[in-house]
Amino acid sequence: MENLERILTEHPFLTGMDKKHIQTLVGCASNVAFKEGEFIFKEGSDADSFYFIRHGRVQIETHVPQKGAIVIRSREAGEILGWSWLVPPYKWHFDARAVELTRAIVLDGKCLRDKCEDDHDLGYEIMKRFNLIIAERLEQTRFQLMDVYGKNAK
Amino acid sequence: MFMAKMQNKSKTSDISLIDPMLVQAYTIQRVVRETFDTFSLELEPQSGGGEFKFAPGQFNMLYVYGVGEVPISISGDPSKEKPLIHTTRAVGTVTKAMKNLKVGDTIGIRGPYGSSWPVKEAEGYDVVIVAGGIGLAPLRPVLYYLLQRRNKYGRIVLLYGTRTPEDMLYRKQLEKWRSRFDLETYLTVDRATGSWRGNVGVVTTLIGRAPFDPLHSVAVVCGPEIMMRYTVLELLKRGVDEEKTYISMERNMKCGIGLCGHCQLGSSFVCKDGPVYRYDNIKHAFTMWEM
Amino acid sequence: MNNESKSVIERKDFQALFDALSAEGYKISGPTVRDNAVIYDEIGSAEELPIGWTDHQEGGSYRLTKSKKKTLFGFILGPYTWKKLLYPPEKKIWEAQKSGRSFEIVEAESKPIKQAFVGVRPCELKAIGIQDKILRDGQHSDPEYGALRRNLFIVAVNCTNPGNNCFCVSMNSGPGVSDGFDLALTEMFNGKDHYFVIEAGSRAGKKILEKIPHRPAKPEELEQAEKAVERAASKMGRSLDMKGLKEILHNNFDSHYWGEIAKRCLTCGNCTMVCPTCFCCNIEDTTNLGGDRAERRRYWDTCYSVDFSYIHGGSIRSTDYSRYRQWLMHKIAYWQDQFGTPGCVGCGRCITWCPVGIDITEEAGAIREKA
Repeated sequence: MENLERILTEHPFLTGMDKKHIQTLVGCASNVAFKEGEFIFKEGSDADSFYFIRHGRVQIETHVPQKGAIVIRSREAGEILGWSWLVPPYKWHFDARAVELTRAIVLDGKCLRDKCEDDHDLGYEIMKRFNLIIAERLEQTRFQLMDVYGKNAK
Repeated sequence: MFMAKMQNKSKTSDISLIDPMLVQAYTIQRVVRETFDTFSLELEPQSGGGEFKFAPGQFNMLYVYGVGEVPISISGDPSKEKPLIHTTRAVGTVTKAMKNLKVGDTIGIRGPYGSSWPVKEAEGYDVVIVAGGIGLAPLRPVLYYLLQRRNKYGRIVLLYGTRTPEDMLYRKQLEKWRSRFDLETYLTVDRATGSWRGNVGVVTTLIGRAPFDPLHSVAVVCGPEIMMRYTVLELLKRGVDEEKTYISMERNMKCGIGLCGHCQLGSSFVCKDGPVYRYDNIKHAFTMWEM
Repeated sequence: MNNESKSVIERKDFQALFDALSAEGYKISGPTVRDNAVIYDEIGSAEELPIGWTDHQEGGSYRLTKSKKKTLFGFILGPYTWKKLLYPPEKKIWEAQKSGRSFEIVEAESKPIKQAFVGVRPCELKAIGIQDKILRDGQHSDPEYGALRRNLFIVAVNCTNPGNNCFCVSMNSGPGVSDGFDLALTEMFNGKDHYFVIEAGSRAGKKILEKIPHRPAKPEELEQAEKAVERAASKMGRSLDMKGLKEILHNNFDSHYWGEIAKRCLTCGNCTMVCPTCFCCNIEDTTNLGGDRAERRRYWDTCYSVDFSYIHGGSIRSTDYSRYRQWLMHKIAYWQDQFGTPGCVGCGRCITWCPVGIDITEEAGAIREKA
């Protein structure tokens, strides 16, 4: 537990967060590992957690009939995986699969959602940070959509 | 306007004292197909020796007999006199004609022209090289140069993003670079295909995690203009100084020597004041449309 | 100005100037009337000058009219500029002969000829100086231009009768010349007397002057000539306030006003064709039908054409307002950053020959006002 608290305190995502709030997070946190090829979550299932990836690589995919799995994005060590736990109806929109041995800290999203309802300060801190993540992802996705290397680009 | 000093002039530019529009004939020694529409030509001069010296980032005007001339960055090793290497995409009349040339055919060369990457100014700093798509071609000479003087630089990081894994240039070399201990290479694709197990996402996603010290780094960026725009934003966000960030611009060129007026970007001539620019000297061009 | 070195030539002796230049082997070009305009072409005698002609110009209008006086240089300016003779609109740069899988270049024969320009206005003289900076004095230059300039004899003519579209005073390029010429004339016509106050500006000029019947100028003649040029300076048709204009233009790059101008501009490029300092060109490579010979030619080009700024995929300046803006900003602002002087000399040709009469002084003034 003390180890988890240190790791979370030092993570850039939680910079500036109250020690009290971090401890709440630690209370909902645990270590987890995924083998190569293992699914972390599947499209349609309940989104009740999010992950701090410590080591390895995860591919965010969707299965398209006749085409198989299309990779949208990859997530690496140091990145946060999963924001659907914050957005109703709290279901995963994509699959997430480990492409190599991946270790992460998983946070119980359902538990955290309840805690945020009770403690709005905690809720605001979490929302502020996930806002940034979602905005960044949107920007990157738009850039990806532009297909800048396409035929008519340099 | 920032202007890099050109290194030793080549024999080709001696001709320019007589008439800068004359071309020197070079023979194609080798054609390498890099991707489905991109190819590299390895050239050697026809009339006897004549050392060709260029600085990383400079370009030549390449002439296809009877078809036309286009500006293409030099992609080879600046420490080697030959071969002269150019990597290009077949997108227009001239480059499409170039794609049909074979070993033994002739290409006319004028150059080298333009400003160069700040390889000397970067000594003592970390160097971050960010390439998008075919943008790796004008940056490859930087890698050659830095790796030949490895102890003069701090960490060297190469971030390379393409559309798909099949669009990556210089694959054999990328593999070699990845296996080096004195160079960090990160690759990413916008779209994963086949068995790609690497990063998937735009090249800017590599910047946050790349191991370099933004306060002591020089960044060199090359790729489509939008990609350079977003990449520079991300670099600045991470703390890299805009006076230590360099990009390479591209414009229509007919003469390559500042006389035809086509390549003007505001007050600067991309063929003379560029193509390599220090970001703070050219950033206005990124916010002003149709300049 | 050294008044002691000024002389006077009588009208009746003007032909001697042509004879002296011919004798020295110069190919003489000067103004002459053709197709209802005063243009520059090769002329052999003083009689081919536009004697008794003048012109009336407005925005988008040029009318050649008969003058009451039989002056030689009573006209203002025609559509041609001297750049036509120093930097031809079309030129073969080189020819290549196919040989095996390679080719051999044969440089185009360009024997620089000795040219004499008779009738160069002060604004035109300044324009030649501006083009020198680009085409002759840069890191790379056009060898033919340099050779033609070295072999050029300039007979400048001071202005005493400016036009409606003239604003050389605003651009410090007239109405009188101070240097850069071989000979400079001021034509004086007052009914019974018709003479030219003339001075040499170079050794070559002195040499030619020796061969023309002349006498020292009287003090009152000099005074009258000076006054005539001074009067011209006060009769300018237009003016352009250059103070701080470069910064104002840079700062108003995004002004909506450019779009207002574009509503009128046809992007025809006439202004670039008649401007004495525009230098943009296009390089074209072609082969003959058999393919055994290839040619590289240079043509005048205009930044108004859509594909001027074309790179794979599209043009950078695809809209009409971006192209008008490029021309005006280059002429007045960017040129200063690039070459240290504005590119405009105030000759007013762009105003005269614009089919819709767009006035560069008015538009620049409007941007300043709306800033």
